[in-house]
Amino acid sequence: MIDKTTNQRAWFLVLPVVVLVAFNALIPLMTVVNYSVQETFGNNVFFFEGVKWFEQILHSERFHDSLLRQITFTGIILLIEIPLGVAIALAMPKRGPWVSVCLVLMALPLLIPWNVVGAMWNIFALPDIGLLGRMINGMGFDYNFTQRPLAAWFTTILMDVWHWTSLVVLLAYAGLSAIPDAYYQAARIDGASSWSVFRYIQLPKMKRVLTIAVLLRFMDSFMIYTEPFVLTGGGPGNSTTFLSIDLVKIALGQFDLGPAAAMSLIYFLIILVLSWIFYTLMMRNEEQ
Amino acid sequence: MKRAKWLVPTLYILFLLLPIYWLISMSFKTTNEILGTFSLWPREFTLNNYITIFTDPTWYNGYFNSLTYVVANTLLSVSVALPAAYAFSRYRFLGDKHLFFWLLTNRMAPPAVFALPFFQLYSAVGLFDTPMAVALAHCLFNIPLAVWILEGFMSGVPKELDETAYVDGYSFWRFFIRIFIPTIAAGIGVVMFFTFMFSWVELLLAKTLTSVEAKPIAATMTRTASTSGYELGLLAAAGTLTIVPGAFVIYFVRHHIAKGFALGRV
Repeated sequence: MIDKTTNQRAWFLVLPVVVLVAFNALIPLMTVVNYSVQETFGNNVFFFEGVKWFEQILHSERFHDSLLRQITFTGIILLIEIPLGVAIALAMPKRGPWVSVCLVLMALPLLIPWNVVGAMWNIFALPDIGLLGRMINGMGFDYNFTQRPLAAWFTTILMDVWHWTSLVVLLAYAGLSAIPDAYYQAARIDGASSWSVFRYIQLPKMKRVLTIAVLLRFMDSFMIYTEPFVLTGGGPGNSTTFLSIDLVKIALGQFDLGPAAAMSLIYFLIILVLSWIFYTLMMRNEEQ
Repeated sequence: MKRAKWLVPTLYILFLLLPIYWLISMSFKTTNEILGTFSLWPREFTLNNYITIFTDPTWYNGYFNSLTYVVANTLLSVSVALPAAYAFSRYRFLGDKHLFFWLLTNRMAPPAVFALPFFQLYSAVGLFDTPMAVALAHCLFNIPLAVWILEGFMSGVPKELDETAYVDGYSFWRFFIRIFIPTIAAGIGVVMFFTFMFSWVELLLAKTLTSVEAKPIAATMTRTASTSGYELGLLAAAGTLTIVPGAFVIYFVRHHIAKGFALGRV
């Protein structure tokens, strides 16, 4: 760690960033706060409503359901993607020409626009014309993600694993390649098993990148919108309507500004609190 | 056991390539073949889908629009994030920790929350339906990310470098541009990769902030899919073409990416 000197003039270096982000964050946030406490019947006439919308959202069955779906989804993909990503990173070649090939191919899904990911998985998984759909039905399962909630969940999760596991792999791989060879030699001399090499050398060295990976995957999966929207449209029924999809339905579909704004704030607050917990844990790791 | 190790990444990469293969193969099929028969590769190979895209301005302009705002956003984000990250990595100043966390909170803001207010804000300042609007809006999550990653890289550079340069009579900006930036070039490459990536793949804000003139390619795709019925071949061709810039960028930074990650937040 660098020991920093106190210098208030450093503010000038930060100023452009603050101005740009404030323009994009504070003004819209104020708009949202404004809507969240008012009722409107059009014509730009507003009435103050206090916390009515917040109470309505917090007590609504619909919000509870989408929140529960969101938490379940995020939980499942974290449980799959983090261990899988670490396992793949451990099995990757450490040097040689194959490293570049692996990295380039693995990074590919990360750079595909999200609606293309959704569209691609749609045509990949359709039971009549999709390769995956045909394969699963060929194995004797009755698979149709546009009609069965379970199949829709399976497809959405598989799509997310396809889309984002590489991020975990890249981060974990970077953590692993920072371990000096001497550590492994020492372990070999001690006759350590590959499990204890993993447990006492590799895992502690990856701790920091893995915290970042968990943080990024948590935030992004909690905000997921475009991919499931294109893939399933939130259906069948409401079975894959996650928080963002629900929010956009309320705000842009039904144009219920008040409830949508209140829901936005609650939604943002949930992410903020959970991320703050991760952030403090991360900082504590760093101090140790 | 040791021998079989290569199997894991190989299987994983196969899994990654399968949907992409399906997309590409569909882009060379005719609509009849897609809907009528099930074939593992194009039987009636056709380039018509690509020809449509390259000759119809509503299609190819989408690519120009997308690339314009992505490049503008990348340059803007990185150039303002560089001095800010330097300040965070070298100095202590009033409210620095709070400011850093506040910046990060914007990376956590769901775009769905901001869609409607962004529409109103950018309409009010007269930027609606321009690539500039999207480039600015994407700063919301790209600047915090850029500052965060760059700060990590810069903290890895010993402070003696700065001090020696100042003793040698360098002014701050001369030192920053001539010495410091080349030192963390790998880090800047990684950051540009990430800002490019997140701006290129984001659609919700890009779609909300544009209507006709500056429509991004991804939004053109959703429109075409709904209006002209089931032209899956065309959709697949457009999708295939959106992979190209990404693949190009990865290829460009392939040496930096592992090294860059390792230098940075590790």
